[in-house]
Parts: sequence; structure tokens; C-alpha cells
Amino acid sequence: MKRLKKITLAMSLLGALSMSAAEVEVLHWWTSGGEAESVGKLKGLLEKSGHTWKDFSVAGGNGVNAMTVLKSRTVSGNPPTAAQIKGPSIQEWAELGVLSNLNDVAKANNWDKILPKRFADHMKYQGNYVAVPVNVHKINWMWVNPSIFKKAGASIPTTWQEFEVAAKKIKAAGFIPVAAGGQPWQEATVFETIVLGIGGADFYKKALVDLDFSALNSPTMVKAFDTLRMVKSFTDKNAPGRDWNLATAMVYKGEAAMQFMGDWAKGEFKVAGKKVGVDYIAMDAPQTSGSYLYNIDSFVMFKQKDADKKVAQEKLSQLILGDEFQVLFNTRKGSVPVTLGVARTQFDDIALRSMDTLNSAAYTNQLLPSMAHQMAVPDATKGAIVDVITNFYNTKQSSSDAAKALVSAVKSEM
Amino acid sequence: MKSKLKFLEEAIPKLIVAPTFLIMIIFIYGFIAWNFILSLTTSKLLPVYTFAGLKQYYSLFDNMKWWLAMENLLIFSSLFIGLCLIIGLLLAIFIDQKIRFEGIFRTIYLYPMALSFIATGTVWQWMLNPGLGLEKFVIDLGFTNFTFDWIINSEMAIYTIIIAAVWQSTGFVMVLILAGLRGINHEVINAAKIDGASLPLIYWKIIIPQLGPVFFSSVIILLHIAIKTFDLVVVMTKSGPGFSTVLPSIFMYDYSFARNKLAFGASSAMIMLFFIMIFVVPYLYRELRKNS
Repeated sequence: MKRLKKITLAMSLLGALSMSAAEVEVLHWWTSGGEAESVGKLKGLLEKSGHTWKDFSVAGGNGVNAMTVLKSRTVSGNPPTAAQIKGPSIQEWAELGVLSNLNDVAKANNWDKILPKRFADHMKYQGNYVAVPVNVHKINWMWVNPSIFKKAGASIPTTWQEFEVAAKKIKAAGFIPVAAGGQPWQEATVFETIVLGIGGADFYKKALVDLDFSALNSPTMVKAFDTLRMVKSFTDKNAPGRDWNLATAMVYKGEAAMQFMGDWAKGEFKVAGKKVGVDYIAMDAPQTSGSYLYNIDSFVMFKQKDADKKVAQEKLSQLILGDEFQVLFNTRKGSVPVTLGVARTQFDDIALRSMDTLNSAAYTNQLLPSMAHQMAVPDATKGAIVDVITNFYNTKQSSSDAAKALVSAVKSEM
Repeated sequence: MKSKLKFLEEAIPKLIVAPTFLIMIIFIYGFIAWNFILSLTTSKLLPVYTFAGLKQYYSLFDNMKWWLAMENLLIFSSLFIGLCLIIGLLLAIFIDQKIRFEGIFRTIYLYPMALSFIATGTVWQWMLNPGLGLEKFVIDLGFTNFTFDWIINSEMAIYTIIIAAVWQSTGFVMVLILAGLRGINHEVINAAKIDGASLPLIYWKIIIPQLGPVFFSSVIILLHIAIKTFDLVVVMTKSGPGFSTVLPSIFMYDYSFARNKLAFGASSAMIMLFFIMIFVVPYLYRELRKNS
């Protein structure tokens, strides 16, 4: 009897051990302060559920370094459990047949219901879930220093025409109207915001998502390039090479009046101790009110040989889309929950407005993937388009030539 | 017994060299071959072996950015090598005039070589930034019309890379040339002096022509620095403004890894190798012929 007890005890211990022994290895490049802290929350939640988390973070290169490591691990047949991969790249990885099928956990947790369909579609390959979205960033924000507008006697613009009028006044008053970071992705971010504003949601989708030639080389696109040139004329000449957060600093230090940047800029204002509504205001970028240009971070899950690891992987996926993590993570990262209907109490005003726009746009054509942030087209095509934008921005190329160049750039990647 | 020892004596050096040799064969020539095979495929994210002939090369030669990268490399390497040689030669000649504290000067000029391009690039980027560095300094001195904004001008930015690279490598060339100068037979020079030749004439007609091999080695060393230059551009301009300072090495990295066009990147690497070979093969030929 005693002996039997011992055996059962040992067995149950063993069972518990084998349950907790499952380890998930997560490749990510969230290594900077706030981001690392946000990931730490996920680690905490997972370990509470009895699994272990092995951090596999590769800093630098905007994820390029991490991708290089991931590729070599995959080629050698030893991929991590999960990796931070987003947008159309998910499809490219799924095509290789290395991703795990998450349909069971998706069904059990109702992902089709809680995720907007457009978001869910990014996560599916041939109808099966292979990835889990973590957060949503809204790109089409304009960050404003209201005191500069007051000093210059200008009003905060909601259209590109008003923008030009206001920017002239600000320049005349001796301030820099637009804080720009002269790096290709930042120039592309401003450009796609302009395309959305000038052309509207349908045009944006036709041109930068569906890559329709007649839209890429159209009078509307030429006008968008003209507008980009106009915006550039209101930036300072030291912009080339400047990092985005330094541009944000120009806004809160009172040197520049506006910046076009996604909602991660919020973190910079907060760290600098600035108060929303007083020191800075977040506005929809001109003519994009109601539209939601999104950037989603997500994890793809790799196929596991071990059944235990598969269990841990599904647990991880379930936790990521759970309300608890969505709130913990997104309040820190400055983004908003990717699932609809998460409790709003802990979010700040800007996040709430982002959530409102997301809710209203979720099932309309106003919810659009960001091209500059690798959500709309494959990386090769994105690279070619960004080349055209940055070449236009930094040379004296005419707008109509740039529109033509867009078509040939896209063609070269087909 | 004796023959066994002799056998060992002969075999041991070969055995010791063999692993290195094998590793070189695999990891240098083997991978070059693999890269060439990849460049003929349709590989994107990961290597696949669906062959597409020379398709990647055709699209490479159609790529405007690639030609800009090649043009930049041509401007960069010719000016970089030329300036390094000229300035290095002048410095070496000055130091060769039996000046005092020669050791100190030599060390000062050689020191930049001890820095990595990352450090050099960061410092030069600050100095050349119009809002922080030289331009602001001169304007603050009172010359309000002064502009020196090459680094943010897409036409001129490549020359700022050359400035930083020349600053870094000139000292090294100087030391090479100095060593060459010290090796020249002084009797000829003394004879020329007796004949009444001026010092510049002696240098121009007698000394410099004898430095041929030193120049040749310097060119080869500088050339491979030029073709490999990557970090300097990444730190100084991130291949901007726009992509005006892109170089083939950056192009290759960007397309292979950031844009998931492995086969395309491999084809650009092959072309880079081809250009290096054009310069290196004659050099090897010359060296090997000398030895045999």
C-alpha cells in the first residue's frame, strides 16, 4: 500500500514534470526598454501556466538580424517555437510548410469572432491559422505641439490645403513646421499617409495593396507625390538620417510643430513627461479621419515534433489573444488590443480613440494595411516601392516620373 | 626504422596543413560555388533549387539601384585609393626628411588605422552634420553664409564617405611607403645629388619609380577595403539621402536578407566577386611568377 502510494506519487510528479517541462522558445526583437518589459509580461503569464519560456531575442537591424538567424535555424531543421513575423511574410513562411496549424486553439477561443476579418486573414494560410496577432498600431497620426500653433497664429490642419496654410505661418514665425526623419521607412510612412488622405481608402487599397498599375500611375498618385514634395519643403535641412524618436523630440521640445508617425511616438512624449492635450495633441493625419492604417505585430508558430511542445505552443497562442495579456502588453507598448471588445478602463485617451476608430472601421473598407510597415505587400515589393519614394524625396525627380517609376518598380518584383 | 621516421618527417607538415586546407576548400571555394548555384535559382526566403538560368542576372542589370551602387563604388574606390596614395606618399616623404620626433608623427598618422570604421564613421557623421558639426561651428564663428552640407546632399554624400575613409587609411599607406623609401639604395641618390639634381627631381625621377611594388601592394590592400566597405556607409549615411550612397555590399545584404531575394542577392555577390577577380588575378599571377 505504502509502496503503491509512493509509485503513484512518483508518477504524478513525473506527469507534472513532463507537463511543465515543455519549453517555448520565442524569437523576437523587442529588446528596447518598454518593449522588453511588455514581452516580460507574456513570459510571466506563460510561466504561471506551468510552461517555461526561453527568450531568443536578437537585437538590431529592425528585425533583419533576427530573420537571418531564424532562416539558418529553419534550414538546419531546428526552428524556435514562435517567431515575430508579420504581414505577407507570414504567407511566405507558411508556403515553406514549416508552420504549425493553430485551428484547434483558434476554434476553442473563438478567434474568428474576436478578430476583425482583415486581421484574421493575415494570420491564415489556406484557411488555417498559422500565426497569432499581438497588437495593432495606428499609423495615420499627426503629433502636434499646440503652443507653436498658438504662437504662429495658425490653426491645426485637417486637410492638406489647411496644412499648407498653417505650415507657412509656422515657418514665418520661425519654427520648423514638420519634424521629419530622413530615413526611407519614415519617408514612406509620410507618403502612405498622404496617399490615404488624397486618394481615400479605396484608392489606397487599389494602389498600395492591390498594386493596380492604373492607380499607381494616375493623376491622384501624382498629386500625392506633389503633396509629399510640399511637405518636404516644410522640413528642416538636417533631417536626412535622423531617427524617428529624435524627430518626436523636436516636437515636444518646441522646435517643430508636427510629426507624422504611428502611435509608438506616444511613448516618447510620455517618457519626456509631457501631458496629452496640454503639451501635445494627437490628431488624425489630414483627410484620414475615420480610416485606420494598421501595423500588426504577430508571432508565427513553428511545427513541433514534441506533443508537449505543441501543448505549450497552443497555450502561448491562447494567452497572447487573452484579454489579460492584451491589456498588459498594449498599455505598455502604446498600441491597442488586436481583439475587439477588450475592457477599456486601463487605456489612455489616445489609445481609446484608436480603439474607437478600429471598432468603426473594423468591418469597412476603411481598415487598411500599412505598406511602409510590411503589412500590405511582400518585402521585396515593399522595398522597391520605398526605393521609388525615397529617390523622389531626395532628388529633383518630377512627380509624374515618380508615378511611372512606381509601376516599373512593382513590375520588376512580379 | 629510419625510413619510417623519414616518412613521418615528410608527412607531418602535410598532415598539419591538411585540415586548414580542407576547411578553406569547403568554406571559401565550396561556398563560392554554392553561392553561384543559388544565383541561378529562384530562391527567395530560403534556398530552393528550381533553376531559372540567368534570370537573376538579367534583372540585376535592369536594376537602376545596382548601377548606382556600381557607380558609387567606382567613384569611391578610385578617389579613395588615389587620395590615400597621394597623401600617404607626401606624408612619407616629409617624414623621411630625418625630422625630429619621427616616431611620434608616424604613430599619430597611423593611429586612425587602429579604429574601426564604426567609430570613424560616427565621429565624421557628427562633424559633417550641418546642424552639429563643422558648418555650425563656422557659422557660430560669425561666417553666417558658410555651408558645408555634403552629407545631406544626395549628389555629394558619397564624397563624405571618401573623406572619412581616406582619413582612416592614409596613415597605413604612409607607413608602407615609408618602409619602401627606407629600402632604396642611397648611393644612387647621393650620385644624383653630386650631379646637381634638386630634391624634388630626385624624388620624381629616381625614388618614386622604384616604389612600384609598394604602390602595387597598397592598391591591392586599399581596393579590397573599398570593395568591402559596408559599416562606414551604414554608420554615416545609412546609404542615404534616399539611396544615393548605396554600395554593392549594402545592396547585396539588403536584397538577400531584408527583402528576401536570396537568389538575386547571390547574383550581385557573384558580380562583386567577378570585379575583385579582375584586379586580384593579375596580382596573384605576378606574385606567383616571381616566386617560381
